[in-house]
Amino acid sequence: MLTVNRYKCCYCGACVGVCPTMSLELVETWLEVSPECKECGICTKICPVGALEVKA
Amino acid sequence: MKCDVVVVGAGPAGSMAAKTAAAAGLDVVMLEKRQEIGDPVRCAEGVGKRVLCEMVKPDPQWIAAEVKGARIYAPDGTRIVMSEGRAGSEVGYVLERKIFDRALAMDAARVGAKVLVKTRALGLLKKDGVPYGVSAMRMGEPLQIEAPLIIGADGVESKVGRWAGIDTALKPKDIHCCAQFLIQDSTIDDEYCEFFLGNNLAPGGYVWAFPKGDKLANVGLGVQGSKSGSGVPVRLLKEFMKSHFPNGKVVEMVAGGDPSSGVIECATADGVMLVGDAAHQTDPITGGGILNAMKAGIIAGEVAVKAISNGNLTKVGLKEYEDRWRTDMAKHIARSYEYKEFFVKLTDNDLNQLIGSLKNEDISKMDLRGMLRVLFKLNPKLLWELRHLVV
Repeated sequence: MLTVNRYKCCYCGACVGVCPTMSLELVETWLEVSPECKECGICTKICPVGALEVKA
Repeated sequence: MKCDVVVVGAGPAGSMAAKTAAAAGLDVVMLEKRQEIGDPVRCAEGVGKRVLCEMVKPDPQWIAAEVKGARIYAPDGTRIVMSEGRAGSEVGYVLERKIFDRALAMDAARVGAKVLVKTRALGLLKKDGVPYGVSAMRMGEPLQIEAPLIIGADGVESKVGRWAGIDTALKPKDIHCCAQFLIQDSTIDDEYCEFFLGNNLAPGGYVWAFPKGDKLANVGLGVQGSKSGSGVPVRLLKEFMKSHFPNGKVVEMVAGGDPSSGVIECATADGVMLVGDAAHQTDPITGGGILNAMKAGIIAGEVAVKAISNGNLTKVGLKEYEDRWRTDMAKHIARSYEYKEFFVKLTDNDLNQLIGSLKNEDISKMDLRGMLRVLFKLNPKLLWELRHLVV
């Protein structure tokens, strides 16, 4: 599953812009991951601060 | 709630659209999902002075610094200076976006637009597939806003277009992943914007240092998404700080994604117009987007007025927006995209050769285009691929 390290996240929304399935939503300082997430990992490579990770 | 136009997002694009439409008498509601407009910034804040001043009266409250020109550094350290005018002629402002964005939203409010903060769009209201408003969440409560026209100004993370059937998802190669520190350092040059090139510094992008007055500067970098990786921009920025501003004190940190996709295929749908980053109206080579966003916002506001009055809010009825923003900026964006596609392939040796070739040229009064023309003349072999753009 996709995990968000909320101590790292700078809530910039770059991940939301690249998500192919619209599974991410930035709500002010809170990144929401919806169940539609396919764990493709694109967002993890884009994240400028390294807050996202797909964990088995 | 009912109105003529809902604007989703209160950045420069949204506020200019809301202001333009409201000033002409439309009933406008502008939503901003954050509780504070303009914060946190996701921007280096540099902007061309002349074009900005054509759209809005400059206010010292949101101008952090005025710069004389730009310096560009090759990977080997060779430096060239651009647009260094004679005394008194300046090329740009570095803004205080937190204040600027609010000022634009307040301008929209002053002419009658309703501004709802902490209000997030959740989706489009649709009947027979045609949007008739926005469903939103306001302070945790559901809110429906009915309007025949929706302007999506919701930035790099735009959903409005995708809800309306326009695929605005960015491919990794078409987004630049950015990190920026606001730093205090006695070595900062308060009068020049600086750009540092190099595949080790910022692969497929560049590092910037834009002064914000009184020995403060935005020091940041953008890395092409396809060349980046988890946390790479912040790591590279820390390395750059060590080598270039070892004593710099970081007083703020921000991150961001900047669309660099080139011209979007379509920025309209039935009842929907996209403006600014939501429509990828950024310059792919510089990453600059404020001025295009504001221009597109004004155009969208003007077209909204006409479309509401003649009652044709279909994609065809909104064609004027599509035509006008394309006339205004699409050619430039497309050209910059080609430059970007070429630039990201250059090795550090190529970059050294290009910048080194300008060392003995007087480029002080040239714009980017003029400089490229000279570059082509001096490096025809390296730049052969770009010959159709230079003539």
